[in-house]
Amino acid sequence: MPTSDEADGDQRPYRGASHSGDTPLMIEARNLTKRLGGRTVVDGVSFRAEPGTVTGFLGANGAGKTTTLRLLSGLSEPDQGEPIVLGSRYRDIPNPGRRVGVLLDAAAQHGGRRGREALAVSAQVMAVDARRVDGLLELVGLDRSAARKRVRHYSLGMRQRLGIAHALLGDPEVLILDEPANGLDPPGMRWMRELLRDFADRGGTVLLSSHLLREVEALADHLVIIDAGRVVAKGGRSELLARTGTQVRADDKARLGVALAAAGLSAREAPDGGFLVEAEPEDVGRAALAAGVALTRLGPAGDGGLEQLFFNLTAGSADTTAADLEEAA
Amino acid sequence: MSTAVAALDPQPIRGNADARPGLARLTAVELRKMVDTRAGFWLQLGILGLTITFVVLQATLGHTEDHTLRKILEASIFPAYILLPIVGILLVSSEWTQRTNLITFALVPRRSRVLAAKLAASVLLSTTAVATCLAFAIFATAIAAPDLTGLWSLPAAQLVQTLILVVVAVIMGLGYGAALLSTAPAIVLSFALPLGWSAVGSISALEGTARWLDAGRSFEPMTKHVMNGTEWARVGTTLAVWLVVPILIGLWRIRRSEVS
Repeated sequence: MPTSDEADGDQRPYRGASHSGDTPLMIEARNLTKRLGGRTVVDGVSFRAEPGTVTGFLGANGAGKTTTLRLLSGLSEPDQGEPIVLGSRYRDIPNPGRRVGVLLDAAAQHGGRRGREALAVSAQVMAVDARRVDGLLELVGLDRSAARKRVRHYSLGMRQRLGIAHALLGDPEVLILDEPANGLDPPGMRWMRELLRDFADRGGTVLLSSHLLREVEALADHLVIIDAGRVVAKGGRSELLARTGTQVRADDKARLGVALAAAGLSAREAPDGGFLVEAEPEDVGRAALAAGVALTRLGPAGDGGLEQLFFNLTAGSADTTAADLEEAA
Repeated sequence: MSTAVAALDPQPIRGNADARPGLARLTAVELRKMVDTRAGFWLQLGILGLTITFVVLQATLGHTEDHTLRKILEASIFPAYILLPIVGILLVSSEWTQRTNLITFALVPRRSRVLAAKLAASVLLSTTAVATCLAFAIFATAIAAPDLTGLWSLPAAQLVQTLILVVVAVIMGLGYGAALLSTAPAIVLSFALPLGWSAVGSISALEGTARWLDAGRSFEPMTKHVMNGTEWARVGTTLAVWLVVPILIGLWRIRRSEVS
């Protein structure tokens, strides 16, 4: 298993933003709106991704993540708003593969093409030396026999590795990755995290989406959470964690709910049976005391961390979210 | 992994990172895509094999007076004329069915440039095919070498017509692929529509009109003799409908379609 920390010095296959110079604005979504088939899939989405950071783009399946990433990488035209990559529209970048590494779907490869050839074709498009292909194949852990195989015989994990190699092929300073951890086994996920962390630490900009919180929780510096096409929360990870509120539980849940409402506290039902309250534990305790409700648990929700926040913010799509949370846990 | 790093050249990147890939480069890439998949490779190998078979049969069987360069070339063109359009179809449609368009258009966001490169690659492919057929035909004629006057007679105009025939056939395939953006329907319709049209032409009342758009009949003289003005006009009319229209529909669809 190749890990990024074993590579050293300037011989790494990627340089982060070292050659980006004077373009501080790496990725910016400005009020992006996209309607598809009469449905507003992306609705006024705005956020930025900065150099040297990993931005996690979170949302349940169907929340609009992929569409947003497609708008940013010029594969789809927004109905409103502006997708800015490296200071301009992606489409206006003369040789985009050399500035932005894009992986939107690892399954989107010609099944009849050999793994190495899939990279070599793209290397030819962006005028990258074919020798780089072999180095990247090795970096992502695809050995010679895997490189010779046709992509239709690849597992999803292998395709994902091929996709990462493809994204790094042009030595980009920005990475846009849609669900890059899909299909990777736990060591694979760890490897990917280290690779992306290292890329960002060298000044690169990473924007990656996921519907699984656990994948990005450990990696992302910034988070953008999207639900039903709208950004419902964004900011630094710690900043968002501080907003997770208070978790409270009681045997008599109905009375607790009434008590919280009576005290004018905004509460949502948590998946574990209690409530999540946007208030300090102290205030929640007082409200319960006033109503004579015995609490079985009271404390900051920070422990549950992002999972709880994510659940709260995307409660509208609870079905997939709950399933995903179980999968993630 | 140190080996991975060692495998990377100190200058792994060539050229200016901000140079737009030129049309020549993109055309070379499209030519590569024609043969670097399993389907593409075997299809073209199959066409090559059939061509050789047709040449050998034409040069050995039948009447000796048919063993001329002209007749052998006409026979040698047939497999390419029928099957090479499938390469044209696949060149566009497989980007959609295999979803490589996600990669192609991320690397080259101006989609019309990709289509232009595919057109150029198709012209180069068909020209190479005709040149190969001609080489085979000359070789076979020399070997068979019956004692005939006009054995080597091949008017330049007729050779050009033969070249045009194969080129437009492949581009028509490209047009079907581009207009339908799906491999199976494009292949089926590329065979079924011309046949269907010929059937319409067999209704006597429609005979006159239909034959102007019947590719089978318009193209027939192209390999037979040097064509006259009316025959060229028929070819032009046929191409306007079966080549230009699908390409334009394809261009419109490719530029507008949501790639996913």
